[in-house]
Amino acid sequence: MMSLKSLRLLALLPLLGLLGGCNMVLLQPSGDVALQQRNLIIASTGLMLLIIVPVIALTLFFAWRYRRSNESAVYDPDWHHSTQLEVVIWAAPLVIIIALGALTWISTHTLDPYRPIARLDASRPIPAGTKRLQVEVVALDWKWLFFYPEQGIATVNELAAPVDVPIDFKITSATMMNSFFIPALAGQVYAMAGMQTRLHAVINKPGTYEGFSANYSGSGFARMNFKFLGLSPDEFGKWVADAKAKGSTLSREEYLKLERPSEAEPARLYAGYEPGLFQAILNMCAIPGKMCMNEMMAIDAKGGAGKESHANRERLEYDNRHELQGSEAPSATTPASGRPARSGEERPEGSSPKGSSGGHDHGPAAGGRENEGAPPAGQGGPAPTQLNQ
Amino acid sequence: MFADTDLQKLIFGRLTLEAIPYHEPILLVTFAAVALGGIAVLGAITYFRFWGPLWRDWLTSVDHKKIGIMYVILALVMLLRGFADAIMMRAQQAIAFGGSEGYLPSHHYDQIFTAHGVIMIFFMAMPFVTGLMNYVVPLQIGARDVAFPFLNNFSFWMTVSGAVTVMLSLFVGEFARTGWLAYPPLSGPAGSPGVGVDYYIWALQIAGIGTLLSGINLIATIVKMRAPGMTMMKMPVFTWTALCTNILIVAAFPVLTAVLALLSLDRYVGTHFFSNDLGGNPMMYVNLIWIWGHPEVYILILPAFGIFSEVVSTYSGKRLFGYASMVYATVVITILSYLVWLHHFFTMGSGASVNSFFGITTMIISIPTGAKIFNWLFTMFRGRITFEVPMLWTIGFMVTFVVGGMTGVLLAVPPADFVLHNSLFLIAHFHNVIIGGVVFGLMAGVTYWFPKAFGFRLDPFWGKMSFWFWLTGYWFAFTPLYVLGLMGVTRRLNRFDDPSLQIWFVIAAFGAFLILLGILSFIVQLAVSIRRREELRDTTGDPWNGRTLEWSTSSPPAEYNFAFTPLVRDHDAWSDMKKRGYSRPLTGFRPIHMPSNTGTGVILGALSVVFSFGMIWYIWWLAGLSFLAMLVVTIAHTFNYHRDFTIPAETVVRAEDERTALLAGRV
Repeated sequence: MMSLKSLRLLALLPLLGLLGGCNMVLLQPSGDVALQQRNLIIASTGLMLLIIVPVIALTLFFAWRYRRSNESAVYDPDWHHSTQLEVVIWAAPLVIIIALGALTWISTHTLDPYRPIARLDASRPIPAGTKRLQVEVVALDWKWLFFYPEQGIATVNELAAPVDVPIDFKITSATMMNSFFIPALAGQVYAMAGMQTRLHAVINKPGTYEGFSANYSGSGFARMNFKFLGLSPDEFGKWVADAKAKGSTLSREEYLKLERPSEAEPARLYAGYEPGLFQAILNMCAIPGKMCMNEMMAIDAKGGAGKESHANRERLEYDNRHELQGSEAPSATTPASGRPARSGEERPEGSSPKGSSGGHDHGPAAGGRENEGAPPAGQGGPAPTQLNQ
Repeated sequence: MFADTDLQKLIFGRLTLEAIPYHEPILLVTFAAVALGGIAVLGAITYFRFWGPLWRDWLTSVDHKKIGIMYVILALVMLLRGFADAIMMRAQQAIAFGGSEGYLPSHHYDQIFTAHGVIMIFFMAMPFVTGLMNYVVPLQIGARDVAFPFLNNFSFWMTVSGAVTVMLSLFVGEFARTGWLAYPPLSGPAGSPGVGVDYYIWALQIAGIGTLLSGINLIATIVKMRAPGMTMMKMPVFTWTALCTNILIVAAFPVLTAVLALLSLDRYVGTHFFSNDLGGNPMMYVNLIWIWGHPEVYILILPAFGIFSEVVSTYSGKRLFGYASMVYATVVITILSYLVWLHHFFTMGSGASVNSFFGITTMIISIPTGAKIFNWLFTMFRGRITFEVPMLWTIGFMVTFVVGGMTGVLLAVPPADFVLHNSLFLIAHFHNVIIGGVVFGLMAGVTYWFPKAFGFRLDPFWGKMSFWFWLTGYWFAFTPLYVLGLMGVTRRLNRFDDPSLQIWFVIAAFGAFLILLGILSFIVQLAVSIRRREELRDTTGDPWNGRTLEWSTSSPPAEYNFAFTPLVRDHDAWSDMKKRGYSRPLTGFRPIHMPSNTGTGVILGALSVVFSFGMIWYIWWLAGLSFLAMLVVTIAHTFNYHRDFTIPAETVVRAEDERTALLAGRV
């Protein structure tokens, strides 16, 4: 068994050398939330090591001590119960878990991503009158779109924030589930279509940090990363001014082009964007003619639209929009960069391209859907009037 | 191809020549290798005139021992496939740095990591666990077979059908590119319009039927067929863990079946259970699949715990310490495993109180698990430990697994999970518990029970080689992943920008190479042991001085397991019998009533492969026809009145006399 021990140590030695040279961002974060999460990782690991280290040591020691060749060790083949020992072996993990459970309850509540942060860092409370930076985040097929509602600008694959200013993120996705994650800043939160999640954080040190999607979302996922810039307030002001001076405006049409699957998009700044665009994306009605989720929910809250609701069905269809536009590569998991799926020629019945099937085809394969062709653009506006009253 | 495309669609659905990946060199080479290997095997079977015995004695067998062995063979074959995927991923991640894209484009890489997860869980670990339970449980409780022998055969062939369906996707079409749990909307009709997810769905549905039925079967066996005197608290610990695992299977697998059925409806008939639009909610899928998925983890690990319990007490030459506390710990884990599923997605945005609840229930599981570790520890205490190969696996497990348990509890702390979730730290954690726990346990189990199944021990030298390669390989492969996780590297990436990460992936690839040597050593071990079988022969039926009933039979046991049903007075029944000076009865044998073999299971299994192929490729006539055929075969089977036979007393006498002579020859 000594060989086991020494082998393990030998294996670990070069790794320890490497550890010094690498940047463990989770252990040296630059934002207060991530720092508290780091501290929690260290505290919980420490608590558990209290029991793990003795167990490993005892395992190796007992294995060696009671080896068959050691005739001098006590051998008691029928010894199989000891109430005191049973109490200890159940109580020891229990005590650790009680401590860890308390730590969990408290930290989960204080570090709840939905809870506005209460301090800039361990020694500094948030100064009175601080204006929190609002950022709206949209995960698109394989890039990130950020809106700054107060500054009136939008960016793709580049996020900036002034240091020591609390940031309130509102997060959603236009398509697949992603996870919005800047390890140096704070923990991740899922980005989900039709839903809004929230994250509160603050960056304490200026610098350029990595941000990315931490939830696999299809073939362009590996390039779905962005730079997060921690800037001084002056630099941030300059960055915003720069966007306003150089960028174009993100119109709805522009957004719909941007939304289509693409990979490795360069960072891009927009001087402005169409008002209400984030809400429209969140409610899955950025495409003209679609009914917004909140509108549908309002109808539902009033008891629904009964049989009339069928008239709204087409306007609520969303997932198949790329096919409707006839603009998409064979599969959403196939990137637009020209690597077709090997079996992408045929679609499942439920989602055959509407535009291509001529006329009123109420075939059984269509799953009862209306095959009326794509809704003409610009047919927007709320639900039919009788439904809204 | 044809002028009339409608006719083509009617006949071939969406299957075209394009679906054969002849333009992918990696797949072509694989196909060539598989085809050559297949031809060699088929040729060998023909040459040795083995077709008849293969069909009569194995494929159609309802003997739980043979079915158990076939399950393990299936698991080992699928281990090779799943491990090939692992090696390809490690190689890709070790070279795809800077400008290099590696050798796997994302659509191929994404299939590989999906297939790796699906195969390792459903078609390696599950059949392996089921196989060992099938083989050992009836022997441990003194039964002659499982409660429903035909159902057992049918379950096995359904599992094989699922595995065949997954393997088909390699050469016809593609596999899912969604990750092993196929979260929608990515796995929905808009996200994955190809056949990959359909392969996934049908492979799991068919194998799931087999798993569920085998679960029912083993529960009935354990509850109803224990030898007289074996009360619940006198059952061997492995049987206890098997009981709990099968209860988990029966309670959890219907959830998987239901959730996959809902996903199929979304994909096939355009419902909106899990779509973003029209009232669907993908997060329902995430919840439902983990309500199955978390118990699944315990389905795999509990039998491994059972194996370690048997191994540690046998090789310490000592009763298991704290039998009752071991049983209670198992039951507590079984119940708690249903109360923790949300810890797989703390980051979905549930409130702090919900997250804390699930975090704390997860931590509570570590208490009974910790108690188990201590029980094994104190079984070794004041024992006489022989370091046979199964015991090495057990010690390797105890040292490795506690680290995985620790990182698991760390991940159960929601704010810590927010930074560690989906990272390579998570990957390292679950491989730590699955390799360090389940795989080590299965390897210990195979080495431990091999002489029972085949009458000779496995060669210890190559077993030790395998163990040391696996152990060091595991640590080399996954320690770097822990580090990379702390560096903020997420999972399922097929390329990287930061060159400073590369060294870690190279170390991990080296670890995977060591594991490869471990697997090869195991194969060499099998070959060497078969060649040296006369030297390694076990004539006693009890090569390890075992403690439970399976060691009271001959190795391999007779078809009927026990000529006389044993009477049980203690949970270490055989140990107790030996201590009381048990003498084997030599006379008074009576005819034994046994179930007959039947080919129905094989036929139904084959038909379900055809059915799923039809469903996957939209070849509706084929799906309809094969489904109809399944119904006909099933109904026809109910008219099969040749379902049992009686082994005459003379045959039993002959077999038992042979054993008497064998035992005498040794003494």
